[in-house]
Amino acid sequence: MQGFLDIFDIYLLEAVVNGILLGGVLALLALGLNLIFGVIDVTWICYAELVMIGMYGMYYMVQVFGLPYWAAAPFAILLVAALGAALHYIVIAPLLTAPPINQLLATGGVLFILQSFATVAFGIDFRNLGIRLPVLAIGEMHFSYSRLLAFIAALVGMLAVYFFMTRTYTGTAIRAISQDRQIMSLMGLDTKRIYLITSALGGALAGLAACLLVLQYDVHPFVGLSFGPITFLICVLGGLGNFVGGFIAAFVFAEIISLGGLFSDLEWGYVLAFAFFIVMMFIRPAGLFARRS
Amino acid sequence: MNPRYIASAVGLAALVALPFVYREPYHLHILVLILIWSFAYTAWSIMGRFGLVSLGHGGFMGVGAYVTALLWNHLGVSPWIGIPISMVAAGVLALIVAYPCFRFRITGHYFVLVTLALSGIVLQVITATRDYTGGSLGYTPNRAPSGKGLMALQFDDKITWYLIALGVWVLGLLIWRWVDRSMTRYAMEAISEDEDAAAAAGVNVTAEKLKVTLISALMTALAGALYCQYQMFISPDTVSGIAVSLQMVFAVIVGGLYVSFGPTVGAIITIMLAEILRIGFGTKAVGWDNLVYGVLLVVFIIFLPKGILGSVLDRWKTQPKPTERNEQEILKAARR
Repeated sequence: MQGFLDIFDIYLLEAVVNGILLGGVLALLALGLNLIFGVIDVTWICYAELVMIGMYGMYYMVQVFGLPYWAAAPFAILLVAALGAALHYIVIAPLLTAPPINQLLATGGVLFILQSFATVAFGIDFRNLGIRLPVLAIGEMHFSYSRLLAFIAALVGMLAVYFFMTRTYTGTAIRAISQDRQIMSLMGLDTKRIYLITSALGGALAGLAACLLVLQYDVHPFVGLSFGPITFLICVLGGLGNFVGGFIAAFVFAEIISLGGLFSDLEWGYVLAFAFFIVMMFIRPAGLFARRS
Repeated sequence: MNPRYIASAVGLAALVALPFVYREPYHLHILVLILIWSFAYTAWSIMGRFGLVSLGHGGFMGVGAYVTALLWNHLGVSPWIGIPISMVAAGVLALIVAYPCFRFRITGHYFVLVTLALSGIVLQVITATRDYTGGSLGYTPNRAPSGKGLMALQFDDKITWYLIALGVWVLGLLIWRWVDRSMTRYAMEAISEDEDAAAAAGVNVTAEKLKVTLISALMTALAGALYCQYQMFISPDTVSGIAVSLQMVFAVIVGGLYVSFGPTVGAIITIMLAEILRIGFGTKAVGWDNLVYGVLLVVFIIFLPKGILGSVLDRWKTQPKPTERNEQEILKAARR
């Protein structure tokens, strides 16, 4: 957590820019969660824990097996994508006809499993990659390259998803399913395959986020708790399944956390974000960009 | 006299008499834990059975435990006053979060995620105010000077605690039963089927939901405060946060969500499981109990969503005994 606190330094502008940089990664996480919700109508409570597993994957590949960062990242993304597909296949698929709350609680069970698996397998020590990227200084302001890299990579990742969704057959099918679940199987589309692909894609986004976050934060089994709740708030505020809403809400929240952390501890930034969220629920109950039915 | 009342009176008398006959401190300790957690799980199930799945109960429990302990340590307020204050604090928190949710029809996934964030935030606040709460290292209420144990609600002797926990547990069951027999239950069932239809039929959706939420939050805070007073040590991980909330869900679902003793069965199973693993693996058990919880939670939701007790009662239902009308009533509740 210490690194988390150091990031927010004294200057307002620096905090604003850092907020934008943080927003990139949060937007990436929100996109993955929204994608899964929009298509499969399931919320993965354990989403941040998938990121945690990805971070451990990066740690082991870089620190233990000595792979360079650039070579390890694709493997970590693949690993988490496979995990996402497995999660869907093992846990969600048998529950597709059950009440939605059951699916959500089952992923809560997976959260337990992943957290305690990490505790048992990796121990509760804090670990880091040992890669220290230089700090970029513009005038009096300091930005770490790792955050800049995370922001750019997150944007590239989101653009890639955008093109995949709009330019490929599978992507079009995914968007079609999120519009009407029943009719697509009548159109001769294999919904099971699409669900599996979506889950893998959601996992891959978590994997990408893991590769970026592992540069900034230490890994420990409960690291998911430090950005999981905020991701859920972002998704609810943006409207579950609403990609654009989630994207914008991510930046709003990142700014609040960043600016709140400027005046006090980072934890208070979270509290401020939550208070803001409650107020927003009064003003825009169905999310920032609700399509009123 | 109804045979069911006689049976429960005999059962209760046996439970009250138990510590005077059987004094093994370790087993009594386990029983006290089971009773306190059963009460917390019952509190959760009062909301959960109507489809109001809250993952914020870890937050309410944390407020109950920490407010009581902080008032005692810093202001010297006796827990007899501190516990009601902490319950009011948790109730206010519940209203602040739940009112907009219910007023603006935030249901299902949205509600779960909002309450999930709530328990995450309470954990963050406890960690952030580490100068007062000890942060993630945990917190210990000050020992009362000898002779003032009653005032400070601190007892060394397990029998007293057992009786307190038993009383609270019975209170929890009575509240469960009271809600079960009240109009609120019918209103809430209508709401969980179809909110708009219920509203059209004259149910005040927001008020009914708030009522159930408030009862549940107050009970959970009481459970947290009692846990704190009994254990004399609290840490953010044991009384607040997402893990505790999920643990409640897990226990209730394993035990049975729709029957009054379901949460108790869930508490017995979870605490016995944790203890067996702890004894079996020793210090290596860190993490193993949650691993088993997680696997069981997934397995139960997939294969036995009504829980152990709920399913057993369902099995009975297939051979009903016509003479016992009351039993049928329970079964009817179980079938839901």
